[in-house]
Amino acid sequence: MSNKENNNLLEVNGVSKFFPVHGGFIFKRKLGDIKAVDRVSFHIKRGETLGLVGESGCGKTTTGRLILNLEQATRGTIKFDGKDITHLRKKENQALKRQMQVIFQDPFGSLNPRMTVREIVGQPLIIHRMTTGKGEYLDKIDHLLEIVGLNPGMGDRYPHEFSGGQRQRVGIARAISLKPEFIVCDEPVSALDVSIQAQIINLLEELQEEFGLTYLFIAHDLAVVRHISDRIAVMYLGNIVEVASRADLYKYPKHPYTRGLLSAVPIPDPEVEAKREQFVIKGEVPSLMNPPEGCKFHPRCPRAIPICQERPPLLLEQGDAGHWAACHNI
Amino acid sequence: MTKLLSVNNLSVHFSTGSGMVKAVDHISYELNAGETLGIVGESGCGKSVSALSLLRLIPNPPGKIVNGEILFEGKDLLKAGKEEICDIRGNKIAMIFQEPMTSLNPVLSIGQQVREPLMVHRQMKKKQAAAEAVNALKKVHIPDSGKRVSDYPHQFSGGMRQRAMIAMGLTCAPKIIIADEPTTALDVTIQAQLLTLMKQLTLETGAALIIITHNLGIIARYADRVNVMYAGRIVEKASAADLYKHPKHPYTIGLMASVPKLDQDVKTRLQPIEGQPPDLADLPEGCAFHPRCRYRIEQCCAEAPQLRNISDEHEIACWVDVK
Repeated sequence: MSNKENNNLLEVNGVSKFFPVHGGFIFKRKLGDIKAVDRVSFHIKRGETLGLVGESGCGKTTTGRLILNLEQATRGTIKFDGKDITHLRKKENQALKRQMQVIFQDPFGSLNPRMTVREIVGQPLIIHRMTTGKGEYLDKIDHLLEIVGLNPGMGDRYPHEFSGGQRQRVGIARAISLKPEFIVCDEPVSALDVSIQAQIINLLEELQEEFGLTYLFIAHDLAVVRHISDRIAVMYLGNIVEVASRADLYKYPKHPYTRGLLSAVPIPDPEVEAKREQFVIKGEVPSLMNPPEGCKFHPRCPRAIPICQERPPLLLEQGDAGHWAACHNI
Repeated sequence: MTKLLSVNNLSVHFSTGSGMVKAVDHISYELNAGETLGIVGESGCGKSVSALSLLRLIPNPPGKIVNGEILFEGKDLLKAGKEEICDIRGNKIAMIFQEPMTSLNPVLSIGQQVREPLMVHRQMKKKQAAAEAVNALKKVHIPDSGKRVSDYPHQFSGGMRQRAMIAMGLTCAPKIIIADEPTTALDVTIQAQLLTLMKQLTLETGAALIIITHNLGIIARYADRVNVMYAGRIVEKASAADLYKHPKHPYTIGLMASVPKLDQDVKTRLQPIEGQPPDLADLPEGCAFHPRCRYRIEQCCAEAPQLRNISDEHEIACWVDVK
């Protein structure tokens, strides 16, 4: 089944997700669609980390959920390990979950408060029948807790007895319990304190090296994404506007939105800050119900030209290999 | 520079189910006219409580200001009567709160809320105040402010609501503006717009600005001086330039090493601060940071260090001289 020649673990081709919006009192008329994700294509190589950045509402989380099959794509195809996983039956879907796991943003809401940590981490092993006996089951859980830096003796405690960082470690232990190949990390550190974020980022990096994991790392913090990712995709209002290697994206951003986004993030060093060129994006993110015609970024873009209002730009390779951007005026 | 505000030995305690919590513990700092002071620290370090107590907005019970004085224009705000403090709130000292979603009244129009401080503090008539409100909204770049002034908060986006909050805070030309995590709930592009706008407006009016945040980048971009807080105490005080160049307290050093920076070149491992932030109801003996500190000596476990000068305008609360 696996496709060894093809190095891409995940291929997303022209995937869209529209959420219908209904109005009216008795007869719910369909008012239109929220185009949360609109013809998005990208791939992730084996062992690589792809960072997905963008502001709230740009569709980055929906993209993650589409890949995990938690949401059904309106159109387009998603291939995992060479196999089409866009529309799966329940059984196939469950088998897929063994290879594909998720770490959520909110370490407070994503753990069942009435289960002990041991039960939380062990549940996937039971569901997927990955354990042969009670002794082995408990050993496996202790081992998992150790891997993520928790004391196995704490397995009998409940989530509320843990701090945010420790809870996120529990979530990570649960995600790696099935030895998946691919993990979607949906804002895994944004709810944590600054001094704890680094601990979790380091843990994710260590696990990747040890188990050869492939990550889709969704976040809005560009500094964090830059740190952990090999390649980065920038999303704006449901479209990918730029994809490039980590170094290229930060050194030579091509899309005006990427430039503005980078410039908006302050660097913790007053001397560097004083010298930095400011590239301010004006205005606010438009509503997804009624996005602008043409390039969705044109009303805020300082470099907009007439054609931007008419035709949406295509994501094209620009100059260097592997550097893609969707802009009429580069 | 003229001293505008001085906080001396301020302590705020909260009584909770798990005992007395010293949310703010003997902190002292000063604020000069026209400068921007950054207060940085992680959640629960007391940065918001220290700001709320400037306006006596600590809910009592469970909270109580147990000690200290806050001198503003020669008067101790902690001894001021109810009317006096009401006269200062929103007039001479204004606060811009954390969540624009919940800090605005949903049943009053934006205009009503922006003009309220003018009618209360400046005794303006409704008509005049309403015209001023439109101007104030224009100043914070709300498009079509003449029409939008009669909108309700739910009709505004998050960024616009925060703009309206800023307009409200600035209408009475306060001497001090306290911005408590002013942009945490907003997207980065909006964040940059708003902070730059706020800084610009304070420069125009000559007001002093206190920015409370956990983001070291924001402090670096906007602050002149910085207080670093940990577990209710100020552990380091310095000018922004000095702090980032020569951080001296082990906690500050740790924080700087643990955040990924946008301008770093190589993929190096981050150096996290080990351990967890302390439980305020159950603080360790001695220096609160010692269980996580790489430089600790015996003394740290026994006795809490006081702030001491290590160079001009650079103070740390640490027993060790970290090279």
